[in-house]
Amino acid sequence: MTITHSDFPATRRLILIGAGAIALTGLGIMSVGMAPALAAANDTYPEDAFKQKGAADAIKSLYGRTAEPSDKVKLDAPEIAENGAVVPISVSTTLADVTSIAFLASENPNALAAVYRIPPGTLPNVANRLKMAKTCDVIVIVEAGGKLYSATKEVKVTVGGCGG
Amino acid sequence: MASTIRVRATSTGEVTEVQVLIQHPMDSGFVKDAKGETIPPHFIRELTFEHDGRNVFVADWGAAVSKDPYVKFSFKGGNKGDDLKISWIDNKGETDTTTAKIQ
Repeated sequence: MTITHSDFPATRRLILIGAGAIALTGLGIMSVGMAPALAAANDTYPEDAFKQKGAADAIKSLYGRTAEPSDKVKLDAPEIAENGAVVPISVSTTLADVTSIAFLASENPNALAAVYRIPPGTLPNVANRLKMAKTCDVIVIVEAGGKLYSATKEVKVTVGGCGG
Repeated sequence: MASTIRVRATSTGEVTEVQVLIQHPMDSGFVKDAKGETIPPHFIRELTFEHDGRNVFVADWGAAVSKDPYVKFSFKGGNKGDDLKISWIDNKGETDTTTAKIQ
């Protein structure tokens, strides 16, 4: 297998962990047991939410309610993404008691892209890279104190991310 | 086989910043190959970060996460030399795990 070098300067400095680490962790048995502090609705893979087509349906499936826009949710995404296959998107918030953060792209075949579970003690800042089929709204939902807050930004996609 | 997981975890004493880059095709199931045949979906569903016996971050991913996914987050606590265990499982049931030292 080849190592793909990222265009992210920071990640280029990542250390390649060798086979030794694998050996140490035995057969690589997954530890998916959740901390009991996490809410019940927040501890399993949201299969149905990922299958929904539209953003509203995905949010409803994921959280069972709607979000209100908040200026405390800061969404960082490019104005124009030349390559829809790799769109760097990050979010941070000053809201307290954040329990999860979800990323959606409204015009993707399935709007929901990623959900991050944020246990107590983990900061509500996440950066990742998503695929976008075409120009559309990127929506971020922050679940904090049992309520939903959102931020939205349109990202213009020059070459869609579905072409591989 | 070398690990698919590359990780950099650095502690400032109060906060540990974690960056991870994973080698994975993240095929969405919407793309056709050169012969016009659909490439079946193959993507990581869950990525878990465990520190001191506790999950500090869990990612649930769909097919819209980019190939060779990257993610960055931070958590309070974590000292230099501590272990950070990272595991993923994809929609085919394949998994990988690695344990990194916080620097």
